[in-house]
Amino acid sequence: MNDDNLIERYHPADRANHWLTAITFILLALSGLALFHPAFFFLSHLFGGGPWMRILHPFIGIVMAVSFYFLAHRFFADNLMTAADWQWMRQLRDVITNHDERLPEVGRFNAGQKLLFWVMIATMLLLLLSGIVIWQPWFAPYFPIELIRVAVVIHSVSAFALMLGIIVHIYAAYWVRGTIRGMTRGTVPRAWAKHHHPGWYRQVTKGTK
Amino acid sequence: MALQSLDITARSATTTPSPEVRQTEKVAKLIDISKCIGCKACQVACMEWNDLRDEIGTNHGVYDNPLDLTDKSWTVMRFSEVEVEQGKLEWLIRKDGCMHCADPGCLKACPAPGAIVQYANGIVDFHEENCIGCGYCITGCPFNIPRISKKDDKAYKCTLCSDRVGVGLEPACVKTCPTGAIVFGSKEDMIHHADERIVDLKSRGYKNAGLYDPPGVGGTHVMYVLQHADQPELYHGLPKDPHISLWVELWKGILKPFMSLGLGVATLTAFFHYVTVGPKETPEDTDEHPQGAHGPRKEAP
Repeated sequence: MNDDNLIERYHPADRANHWLTAITFILLALSGLALFHPAFFFLSHLFGGGPWMRILHPFIGIVMAVSFYFLAHRFFADNLMTAADWQWMRQLRDVITNHDERLPEVGRFNAGQKLLFWVMIATMLLLLLSGIVIWQPWFAPYFPIELIRVAVVIHSVSAFALMLGIIVHIYAAYWVRGTIRGMTRGTVPRAWAKHHHPGWYRQVTKGTK
Repeated sequence: MALQSLDITARSATTTPSPEVRQTEKVAKLIDISKCIGCKACQVACMEWNDLRDEIGTNHGVYDNPLDLTDKSWTVMRFSEVEVEQGKLEWLIRKDGCMHCADPGCLKACPAPGAIVQYANGIVDFHEENCIGCGYCITGCPFNIPRISKKDDKAYKCTLCSDRVGVGLEPACVKTCPTGAIVFGSKEDMIHHADERIVDLKSRGYKNAGLYDPPGVGGTHVMYVLQHADQPELYHGLPKDPHISLWVELWKGILKPFMSLGLGVATLTAFFHYVTVGPKETPEDTDEHPQGAHGPRKEAP
């Protein structure tokens, strides 16, 4: 594929930031599930056993929170919902049945991606705050027990919402063919951009074509 | 601490039944507060039997010493000066420690398989070798009992001397109590003994005397005879109706199974969406011709 056919979608710094967040998320999801349900406790072996998992989980969480903070900054402006996005959401049926031609024009990100962005903002914040409250042995002893009890519930519900969001995110990246290379190589074919993100395509090619 | 001669009824973070064919009698420790003189011999016996030596603290101007339970002080005397009747001072001394709930919140909350077990005789025991130090047992406990050691990040609490009980001995605190305020035996016998004590206390004017065996946690294997059973809070805040927090019930009873299932269902839904609806392809005719007429978007599959 010649370079002429490719356009840049994600800057190298975007990609590094995205993948740091993604790797820490995977580690947190695996260790978090192990701490959540015994069916997943075997995953603790990936972290060197239960105590090491308990020690590492919150520190990895801090890395994810910081990494996501910068990621959110990078993508904030492109994730504001528009009227067309709400229309897109109402036509979710057309989205999942691949009737893209019936959908309103999509910019850099579609409404699904934007919704995930806001779900991530909310859940990351809740996970960070509730995580500090239940962090043994450093911070938990300083919080009242009732707050800790609420925090474990908030932590698990937020983690669940985030994991559902990421399952959709990973599947959508695979489902919409050609998407993954945008985040691994940074470039996407023009045809992909034209078809899936026409608004963004017009914007980035304005004046050059 | 582990002693495999004791049979297990429940095991933390384990969703299948534990070996429980052999049935042993339910035991209980009965603490008669009306007989306690606050000598703390039980605290000493606990330290001796369990080889625990807490830090030497400072005097806080009260009899409570140490001031709170710690990873090395599994039982402490709680001294309360109260006036239930105007002008009649009462000194209520409660031996605090694990209550060994029939429905243990610590065990329900614990995420580490086998770190907390409940023996067939009712004793709830921590197996520290499996403990990961997360503190969920503290979150689950309605009596504020478990303490995490700063030395090894493991949770500790009264074992009801499971190692002694397993070989037919009474707990160390029971053995040492000079007034017979602490007795030990089958739960049935202890309830019977308590009934006699309550009759005696009532005959001496404690009309609200009663047994503390709170049903909210399924009953406990450490029970109190209280002079004022209608006001357990008088005894250094002993909860009137203890139960596992609704937040913990929500977390472990509902969220734990259903959210785990939800993640599995979501993953399978994605898979079946792919194999039924199929991927979103980019129309091919535009792929290789960036300058040319890109195909009408209607050609999308």
